[in-house]
This record gives sequence, C-alpha cells and structure tokens, in this order.
Amino acid sequence: MSAATPAASAWEITCDAGPATELLRVTDLETQFFIEEGVVRAVNGISYTINEQEIVGIVGESGCGKSVSQLSVMQLIRKPGRVVGGEVWFQGSNLLKYRANGSEMRSIRGAKISMIFQEPMTSLNPVLTIGHQLTETLKLHLGMNHKESRSRAAELLESVGIPSAATRLDDYPHQFSGGMRQRVMIAMGVSCQPRMVIADEPTTALDCTTQAQLLELMLSSIDSCKGALVLVTHNLGVVARYAQRIYIMYAGKIVEQGTCRDIFYRPRHPYTVGLLKSVPRLDEERGRRLVPIPGTPPNLIDLADRCAFFPRCAERTERCRVQAWPELIPVDGDGHLTRCYMRAEGANS
Amino acid sequence: MTTDPETTQAARTATTNAHVLEIDSLKMYFPITRGLLRRKVGEIKAVDGVTFSMRRGETLGLVGESGCGKTTVGRCICRLYKPTAGTIRFKGTDISTMQEKEFRPLRREIAVIFQDPYGSLDPRQTAGSIVGEPLKVHRLVQSRDNYNERVKGLFAKVGLDASLLGRFPHEFSGGQRQRIGIARALAGDPSLIICDEPVSALDVSIQAQIINLLVDLREGLSGLSYIFIAHDLSVVKHISDRIAVMYLGRILEITTPVELYANPIHPYTRALLSAVCVPDPDIEEGRERIVLEGEVPSPVNPPSGCTFHPRCPEATEACRTAIPSLKSVGNDHEVACLGVK
Repeated sequence: MSAATPAASAWEITCDAGPATELLRVTDLETQFFIEEGVVRAVNGISYTINEQEIVGIVGESGCGKSVSQLSVMQLIRKPGRVVGGEVWFQGSNLLKYRANGSEMRSIRGAKISMIFQEPMTSLNPVLTIGHQLTETLKLHLGMNHKESRSRAAELLESVGIPSAATRLDDYPHQFSGGMRQRVMIAMGVSCQPRMVIADEPTTALDCTTQAQLLELMLSSIDSCKGALVLVTHNLGVVARYAQRIYIMYAGKIVEQGTCRDIFYRPRHPYTVGLLKSVPRLDEERGRRLVPIPGTPPNLIDLADRCAFFPRCAERTERCRVQAWPELIPVDGDGHLTRCYMRAEGANS
Repeated sequence: MTTDPETTQAARTATTNAHVLEIDSLKMYFPITRGLLRRKVGEIKAVDGVTFSMRRGETLGLVGESGCGKTTVGRCICRLYKPTAGTIRFKGTDISTMQEKEFRPLRREIAVIFQDPYGSLDPRQTAGSIVGEPLKVHRLVQSRDNYNERVKGLFAKVGLDASLLGRFPHEFSGGQRQRIGIARALAGDPSLIICDEPVSALDVSIQAQIINLLVDLREGLSGLSYIFIAHDLSVVKHISDRIAVMYLGRILEITTPVELYANPIHPYTRALLSAVCVPDPDIEEGRERIVLEGEVPSPVNPPSGCTFHPRCPEATEACRTAIPSLKSVGNDHEVACLGVK
C-alpha cells in the first residue's frame, strides 16, 4: 500500500513495536454449540499467543475448531453457539469482556483485527457496491469524509492489483471474478492498517496460480502495514512456505505447537505425523504409498476424557486408553509442545 | 502393496498395447443465447482442439485451472455432451457420432466418479440400490441372489461393510460416500473410469484413503484405465502415468510425471508447478516462485494465437498470431509452445 498522497499520513498509524512483543494472548478459550443432539464442544480450551508482525499457521481438518476459534476471538459466534469460557487479551484488554455488538468490540473489528474469509461471494454484500463496502470501514474507523474515503478506496483497490480501480468502485461483487473478489477482501482487510489479520482459508476456493498470486499479495499488504497474520488452513504446503509458528488442532484442542521447522522436521504428535504422511508431495519419488489416517474425526458431542485421537492413532497404548488426555507437554526445548504422552516421553528421554 | 511402481506400470500397460481411447482434435463449443428466440450470440470454446490417446491400463491425469476444459473433455468421453467436432475412439470405434442405441452396450464400460459426494448420489435411494442399479440396467445379474452377492462384493471391494447396504447417503461421511460412488462406477465392470476431481471435496486424511483405494483397484483389475481430472498437481502427479496440462481448452504439455516435475518446458507448466507449495519449509525456501500476471481470460473470447501469450513471461510477437501444436521433444514429452525448437 502506498502512502504517496500527503493526506495518507494523517491516518497512517505508526507502529514501532519490535517483532517479539506479544500482540494477542488467548487462554482456555471454550466455544460450544447448543443443539438438539447435545452440546458440541467445537473449541475445547485452547490457549495461544500471536506476536507482533508474526505469521502463525493454525492447521487442522474440517470440524477441528480452527475457524470457530478465530470467530470466537472476534466475537462473531452466532446462536446456537456461545463462547463459554476463556480470555482473549489484546492491547491490554480482555475482548471477551466486551459486548459482542458493543462499541468497544466494533472499534476493534475491521480496524485493529480484521478477517479475510474463504468465500468472497458470501462475505461481500451482493446488493452494495464494492466502493460502498470499502468506504464503510474507512468512514467508520478513520473518520474520513466521502471524498477522502473514495480516493483511499481506489488507492487500496489499485494496491491489490485491480485495474482501473476508480471506475470499478461502483461495480457490484458479482461483476468481479472469484480471484478479483478475494483481492477486494484483502483490500478491505488491510484498509485500516490492522495490527492483526485473520485469514480463514483465504485461497482455498481459488485456482493454483491465483492462489499463489493472492498469498504473495496478502503477505506484502500485511507486511506493509506491519501487522500480524493468522493463517487458518488445512493446506500444509502453504504453512510450510509462509508460517513462522504453527498450531495443529484436532477435536477442538491444540495437539501440537512449535516453529515451522519443529512441526515439519520433528513432529511430536501422531496426528501431525499422520497428516504429513497422508499428503502426496510434488517433489517425491513416484509410487510412495500414502499412509492415510484410518477412521474419521470424532463426534464433538460426546467426547471422552481421554485423547480424542486415540481411536485413529497408530501409536496408541493401553495407557492412552485409561488416562486422561494430557495437557501440552514441552518437548525438545523452545516452545515446542505436544499433547501426547508417548511421543513426549520418547523425545524427552 | 510393496511392488515396484515402475514394473507394475509396465505390467499394466504391456498386457496389450492397444489404445483404449484415442481423441482427435476434439472441440466442444457451448452456444451463448440471448433473447426470447434464444438467438445464438456467441460461443464458449470450452474445448478447442484436444488430441491425445491412452493405452490400456494407463492413468492419464488432466490438470488445469477452472475453465480450462478438463471436465468438459471428461464429459464428452462419457457422452454427457455431444462434441462440436473431432472424434473420440473408444477401443477402436468412434463413439462421438454413435446413436444412443448403438452406444448402450459400451456405456457400462465407461464409468464416472464425480467430485461432489453429496450431490452425485440420489438421497432417496439406499446405498445398496445406488451401487446395484447399473447391474440391473445393464442386465448383468441373473437372479436376486446373484444381485445381492454382486452388490456385497462391490461393497467389500471399496472397503464398506455389507451392513451399510440399507442406509441412505446422508448417513455416510464424505469419504464413505465417495466409496459408494466408486462402487457404483465399478458395477458395470468398466475398462475406463473418468474420475472428475474425486478427492477435492475431502479432508486431507480421507483423501489419502480414497487415493489408495483407486490405486489398489487399478492394481487389482488389470487393464483398468483412469482419466484423473483434478486441479491439485500433487495428487495428479501421485496417481498418473502421464499428465496433460490444459489451459483454455487446449493441451499445452503432456508427459510422464517424473519428466514433468524434472523438466517442465511450457512457461505455464512451470508457473503451475511453482505455485504448488511443498510441505517442507527448507525445500520451499529454495524454490523459485513464478507468479503469473492477470487471470485466465474468458473462453468466450480467447486470445489469438497461443491462448497463454497475454500472461506468458516469454511471449514473442509470433505468439500473438500462430497457434502452436503439440511437438515431441523426446522422452515421451510433448509441448505446444512456439518457443520450443
């Protein structure tokens, strides 16, 4: 994003924080959905931190709670769901203390923490022009007038590579292609120079080459406003390329966390190992047999106290069956933790 | 299965050298109509001159981005569309112009597995009757006992328990539904299965189960050929004996997976390969990333000459006018690019 116009500096937020300062701390977050069949424990007590300007990957399969956890942080959970416990500390305040529709939360959403969703068609309002939707945040959060916000919106669209941006402001979402719509989403996501962007499967619905274009674009946009990025995805390749730290989620809990290299070269949870072995890789010799993870993910309504991965685990023992699911155990040093007895002991002994 | 992939592939293709499928300059244009009289105002050139052939037992991967025509090629082969021009020879006979009645005995030999395991199964039919229907339609069973036995056999083949026969599609998970789809495809004892994005809708851990199932079925039934249509290059590379890269209705490059990865020639193939992330941070760090400009143009009004020229980093003046055709560069490798001498 260019700050070329003199007016731009007026609303440019200066950031001077070093890369290692903590930006967001989530502790024991719990979100449940109260449906007829029972209580779905979608997010079952997760704790994590995001540092300033850091790129963090949250990886897991559908239904593991990765998206719900992010929506909970933003207080965007709708009925029958509810955040039932935990704290979300951001810039000195606990976001969960605020009312979901209150002014405090609204001043954070879109301005300090923004979200980029997977489905650009459903997350853009089809009956409002792109310009309307882009300027809305600018007017609301940065107090710009109509004219200022229009020119800033055009600048933003240009910065995400939309040709003849000024005229396209008056177009509706359906007049853009899928890739272009996602570019608009990125422009909206970074429009107020947020401290953190949560991208929920940002490129899953797109083609390979468009995916590559947009990931690079998103990274450079967020980099230029010095924000942090939370990349929620099931694509291990994408996190291998971009993420500095990774959280692996399964059945509503974080089962392993560590640096990118910890996760890929020293995986310490059987589920992580399973994921890595089950994907075909572009660079491998032909004919390697994939090792699928047998079975299916557990039903989140009646979760036993023991390890939720137990029924599918290749390394399970009698102890895993009888004992409770352990908390995250530190393994081989700095910040690498796993929620598995067997692997942790194997690594630490 | 621990057999060496190279020898099994040789064994599979050596059973007979006959081509199971030969496609010659296939074109499929869809009309764009407008107004009350549905006047034709244009054409979508979904497939615009595709030529390839497949040996018996071979798996051909078709990759490309949405709108490149890979699905349309598949649908023309199973006669869901009547092609505008070109021939499709299945085991030596041209099926593109055949009458439906003549084609009927061949229909069971070409089966399809669809992407969406939710939409491609009739929600009101039990799993057993979905799988058994082709047996009845093609009169492949003589008695009820014979039918039950065959359906159970098909269930076992795809790793489903026979106790699930009476359940309805909504009672199954995505992976199980895809297994039902595969069992249905196998019912007619086909020699060619068109797999249209069979694993794209599934989770990573389930994807591997289905890919392994498809590989096992191929090893078990000698002479079974797949056309594997997908946008995920890693998956296609894993399962295919040869890969055709498509862009705007044409094949730009066709070769073996090893050669494609080691020696991609077409600029589009190179960009496509570089866009795929490898789950390995060290390798990712060292990989060159070619980011293409712009988007895939509309097939209604495709660019002149080589359709890739507006986005090609190596395009020359000649690329604007001349349409390159597939040229062999040796090593079972063909490329359609004017830059290749």
